[in-house]
Amino acid sequence: MTERKDLIQEFLLIEPGELLETALELRTAGYRLGQACATLLGDQLELLYSFEKDNVLRNEKLTVDAAAPELPSITPIYSYAFVYENEMHDLFGITFRNLSLDYGGAFYKIARETPWNPKFGGGEKAAAPSEDGVSSEAEGGEA
Amino acid sequence: MSKRTVIPFGPQHPVLPEPIHLDLVIEDETVVEAIPSIGYIHRGLEKLVDKNEWPEMVYVIERICGICSFGHGWGYCKTIEGNLGVSVPPRAEYLRTILHELGRMHSHLLWLGCLADGFGFESLFMHSWRLRETVLDLFEETTGGRVIFSICKVGGMRKDIPNEMLKKMEETLRGIEGELHELADVFLDDDTVKSRLVGVGVLTKEEAFELGAVGPMARASGVNNDVRLDGHGVYGEIGFEPCLEETGDSYARCKVRIREVFQSIDLIAKCVSMIPDGDVAIEIKGQNPAGEFVGRIEQPRGEAYYYSKGSGQKFLDRIRVRTPTNANVPPLVKILQGCELADVPILVLTIDPCISCTER
Amino acid sequence: MAGLKIGKMVLGSLFRKPATKMYPIVPAVWKERTRGHIEIEIEDCIFCGICSKKCPTDAITVDRAAKSWAIQRMGCIQCSCCVEVCPKKCLTNMAGYTAPDAQKVTDTFVQPEKEAEPKEE
Repeated sequence: MTERKDLIQEFLLIEPGELLETALELRTAGYRLGQACATLLGDQLELLYSFEKDNVLRNEKLTVDAAAPELPSITPIYSYAFVYENEMHDLFGITFRNLSLDYGGAFYKIARETPWNPKFGGGEKAAAPSEDGVSSEAEGGEA
Repeated sequence: MSKRTVIPFGPQHPVLPEPIHLDLVIEDETVVEAIPSIGYIHRGLEKLVDKNEWPEMVYVIERICGICSFGHGWGYCKTIEGNLGVSVPPRAEYLRTILHELGRMHSHLLWLGCLADGFGFESLFMHSWRLRETVLDLFEETTGGRVIFSICKVGGMRKDIPNEMLKKMEETLRGIEGELHELADVFLDDDTVKSRLVGVGVLTKEEAFELGAVGPMARASGVNNDVRLDGHGVYGEIGFEPCLEETGDSYARCKVRIREVFQSIDLIAKCVSMIPDGDVAIEIKGQNPAGEFVGRIEQPRGEAYYYSKGSGQKFLDRIRVRTPTNANVPPLVKILQGCELADVPILVLTIDPCISCTER
Repeated sequence: MAGLKIGKMVLGSLFRKPATKMYPIVPAVWKERTRGHIEIEIEDCIFCGICSKKCPTDAITVDRAAKSWAIQRMGCIQCSCCVEVCPKKCLTNMAGYTAPDAQKVTDTFVQPEKEAEPKEE
């Protein structure tokens, strides 16, 4: 019977300024980026980057202010992070600097801007031009 | 140097069950660059966590996708169980593994059918789906649903599956094994099929790792990142060896999935012979998730992440699902570069795209 | 050689019974566990409203004053959540799906008046 590696949970707190450095370090050490996501906690946005190596996860956590979130993009290090970063940009309004493939808010065709982050932008899209019929009831800001 | 043209591919296309859009920059008939664009069916299912209490949220998460439904249910239950610090009875773990492997057969047979349809082999498509029907019937018999099972709950399973039913399931699967071999022969040995798959869309081992490929896509290139190796479920107990191929072309991706169909039958048979008796669920009373947990599951399409964060309330702060297609889009862009325009539909199919999963 | 491979399967199907059914003419066979639609034994219902609160899609409406229980048939996702939480176990999930329709169907069940009815909490 092999050991239950899935139960090893490691959450490390880092500063937003250390993000690039940490990502570079992990990449050199052979880690793979598993996922990146954000959570709204009051006035703060908590970002979680999960890295994986040999089936063990390492989660790096950092918080930014929800009112004006800005972070460096890790796409120069992990090129495939653009999927997650564009998603966070569209749902939470986080601006990523140096994003290699920037969809400029059109990654998800949603009726409202930043539905997960009412403090920033939030609300209806100003005169949405042609987001034909793609609306999401659940996004209706019931938070 | 000939002129470059941009051709839109999708969001509506005969081979695509779900909308993904690609802007193909082509030179003559060769694709130079592909820019993917998704986001047509974002439904905000993760946001429903504000409205549904965590025990009921499993029914929402299960409905992210109709093909990997069981895996989503299991992944959600796993992250909540990890969050609460409880472990489920062994019988429930065995049942989950059995159903998950059955789900893998269902998904792969569906994909094989879609692939056959993609290169215009109608009768092969129909035969694949005829065999898949047997698997769906087994699902209906054991769980009550053909594609959405609602049998997983936090703390175990909602219903026990009696041993006789499991025995019968194994017999039925052994019964179609012969026909599956015939089907596999056509996919792997037929000249017309081979001419569409061999050497097309090669993803090397280095590229697969660099671009973060997961699941059969990565395994076809020789990258072994099968999550089943981390010992969740009962994979650690029953012993498990992932199917790996080296060539990294469409043929290898097809072969990996075909091998996994047979492997799933063997894993199910192993589980059925080893399954212990006992309870299938534990009671969770007066406890709410208060921490965070990242659970991973090997879905038929690859590795999926389930992150939950709670603050001791009935409503979770966040549920995050990262599905395999999310990770397989960057490798898709890579294999599209330099391919023939006529091969684009097949290559899009070989990552087994599930856009509903990706956007949730 | 290539043609022969699929040929075996195709020829085999020539002499086999069809894999599909003439569905509306030949009725579908439901398995014992099939979850198709929710049925209620309205006489046993105490109108506590737990089912409507727990329903993930808000398909169930319970009106305690009017003693009525209503379900939006097309909103229901057959998860059997209500069946599990019902304190009186008066809900069951039966085989047989809701027939397709151009309108969304809502089925309302009203409890008939009983003599010497016990007082509900």
